[in-house]
Amino acid sequence: MFSLLPAVDELTGPEQETLRCVVSHMIPPSEELGLPGATDPAIFADILRSIGRDLPALRRSLQTVNEMAGGPLNTLPSSEQSAVLGTLRSSHADLAGILETVTVRCYYRDDRVMTSLGMEARPPFPLGFEVPQGDWSLLEPVRLRGKIYRDVD
Amino acid sequence: MRNETVDVLIIGAGASGAAVAWSLADTKMRILCLEQGDWPRSSDFPSASRDWEAQQSEDYSISPNRRGLAADYPINEDDTPIKIANYNGVGGGTVFYAGHFPRLHPSDFRVRTLDGVADDWPIDYRTLEPFYALNDQMMGVASLAGDPAYPPKEAIMPPIPLGLTGEKLGKAMNDLGWHWWPSDSAITTQEYQGRAPCINLGLCGAGCAQGAKASTDVTYWPEAVRARIELRTRCRVSRIETNSDGMATGAYYFDPAGQERFQPAEIVIMACNGIGTPRILLNSASERFPTGLANASGLVGKNLMFHPYAQIRGHFDEPLDGYRGPPICVWSMEFYETDPARGFKRGYSYQFSRGLGPVRTAINGLADGLLPWGEGHHAAFRRLFCRSAGMVSICEDLPEEINRVTLDPHLKDANGIPAPKITYRIGENTQRMLDHSVARGIEILKTAGARDITYRSPLPYAGWHLMGTARMGKDPRRSVVNEWGRAHDVKNLFIVDGSIFVTSGGVNPTATIQAVALYIADQIKTRIYDLFS
Repeated sequence: MFSLLPAVDELTGPEQETLRCVVSHMIPPSEELGLPGATDPAIFADILRSIGRDLPALRRSLQTVNEMAGGPLNTLPSSEQSAVLGTLRSSHADLAGILETVTVRCYYRDDRVMTSLGMEARPPFPLGFEVPQGDWSLLEPVRLRGKIYRDVD
Repeated sequence: MRNETVDVLIIGAGASGAAVAWSLADTKMRILCLEQGDWPRSSDFPSASRDWEAQQSEDYSISPNRRGLAADYPINEDDTPIKIANYNGVGGGTVFYAGHFPRLHPSDFRVRTLDGVADDWPIDYRTLEPFYALNDQMMGVASLAGDPAYPPKEAIMPPIPLGLTGEKLGKAMNDLGWHWWPSDSAITTQEYQGRAPCINLGLCGAGCAQGAKASTDVTYWPEAVRARIELRTRCRVSRIETNSDGMATGAYYFDPAGQERFQPAEIVIMACNGIGTPRILLNSASERFPTGLANASGLVGKNLMFHPYAQIRGHFDEPLDGYRGPPICVWSMEFYETDPARGFKRGYSYQFSRGLGPVRTAINGLADGLLPWGEGHHAAFRRLFCRSAGMVSICEDLPEEINRVTLDPHLKDANGIPAPKITYRIGENTQRMLDHSVARGIEILKTAGARDITYRSPLPYAGWHLMGTARMGKDPRRSVVNEWGRAHDVKNLFIVDGSIFVTSGGVNPTATIQAVALYIADQIKTRIYDLFS
């Protein structure tokens, strides 16, 4: 039977609204740097798609946030939202950590964000990266000091 | 249906199983390896995808409990501060290791004689030296000859680059007058035996898409398969069977369809790591061996050693290598050998590491309070990204019987085989070593000019090195296998993985695990006509 209920492996609509509110406080846009915030439609859609194995823990985090807010977080004034989230971070670091992880792993792979950091928006393979050899003569004092392992014979 | 009898059955296709299979191939015996996982596919590795950092917490997570894939078995980690890291498949842990490839030091084999702790090994550095060298050739090790922390050893190809990070930390070590040296790395820096050179993908710990890092699926196994060793994947062994003479007759396993089968064999070699091996031995309890196979000493599963890690990182005003390049570039053995003034016996090594990708920079920065929510987030991120460097200390863990692997009475894997349960606590000596390494690490970073220094001790998700749970020794009352890897109680059963380590040393164990496996294979070949006497 066709159902309008979300699949069990997705956040419900109200859960999504709480998460959207949380991430808006976490990573806002920056006009100065020309950066989107974490509620940018493409980034937020990526976050929702990529929750994966963290879904149960994320649900617990969102539930705790709403319990601390005395109702849906997004219905509070912004300053009160900030206060609730500040308390969450100080008293439930593990739950805040889940919210942070699901957010930043999508935010920091967005093309616009990577480009602004000076990165190429591509996977590491197959082009790889350059790393300078470094100055091997720096090892000279280590050589001069001589053997440091213990003899056993 | 009964399988045909093989001469040698190897269980596990990781670091040690690959080495022993390759070495025994020249005997022309019929050799079969059963591996619970599959061949890794380099095109699937995270570095080939845009979500390369996210994948490291999903299917390419180092935690088998997090991955929960078909190849994985669950591990009860409730009673240990250090959680298990592994990879189950052809190549085993070498698929996910960083390729950092130190040897044990000569003193590591004589800890009772030199320092009055634990036990001496029944073999020594000199015995293993030719097998270390052979293994370096087979794996393809990049290094710089002349490290004063080791007896002389040959360099096969140039070392991996120091980069800006190695230079920065090396200068600080010079200022302090402390030892440092470019790491021996099982990473090709030039074309080597059909493998392409490293292109600095930075993701050695999640499989090398370039094939430059030496995991045994690209080193030993292609050679062994060409030599007609049979490697059967997705086959999980549950227990070893024995006969009335107390000899192993083969192993029961679940095939890819989940069907239980029996594989008869004349010789059985365990290569399942320090948790997988005792798990199978304990699960092989029978009327003849009521406490588990090869367990007359009662030591199967006991004396579990990790290497407790402390991680110390700092941030710099100028850009460093960031996410580019093999993450580990340099080691230090300054605090490796015992110095009574330090307040602990034995010692630790440091491995110095480059920076992190943007996602990991953000996760760590948020967790450490260096990266705020809201206003200031972007500016703070730019002070952290590509500006971090640091180290981990790898502390020698002494064997204690209370640290152990047992069978969980309730938890089972997908085939109904009891899961291992880990019981572990950090000993006092190790704790003092961890504390010392954090203090010295902070000193190094401050000398290098770092700000915003953070540390984690112990590092929880760092149970990579699984050792000691079927220890080697000459006394059957105090060891599980003899000085050439044969079980004291079962004369055609051998163990070649990290289980047989007597002590852990303070360095990553893969080079030694493989050298010991090659040594045992050599002993089997040398003694082939009176192997069971």
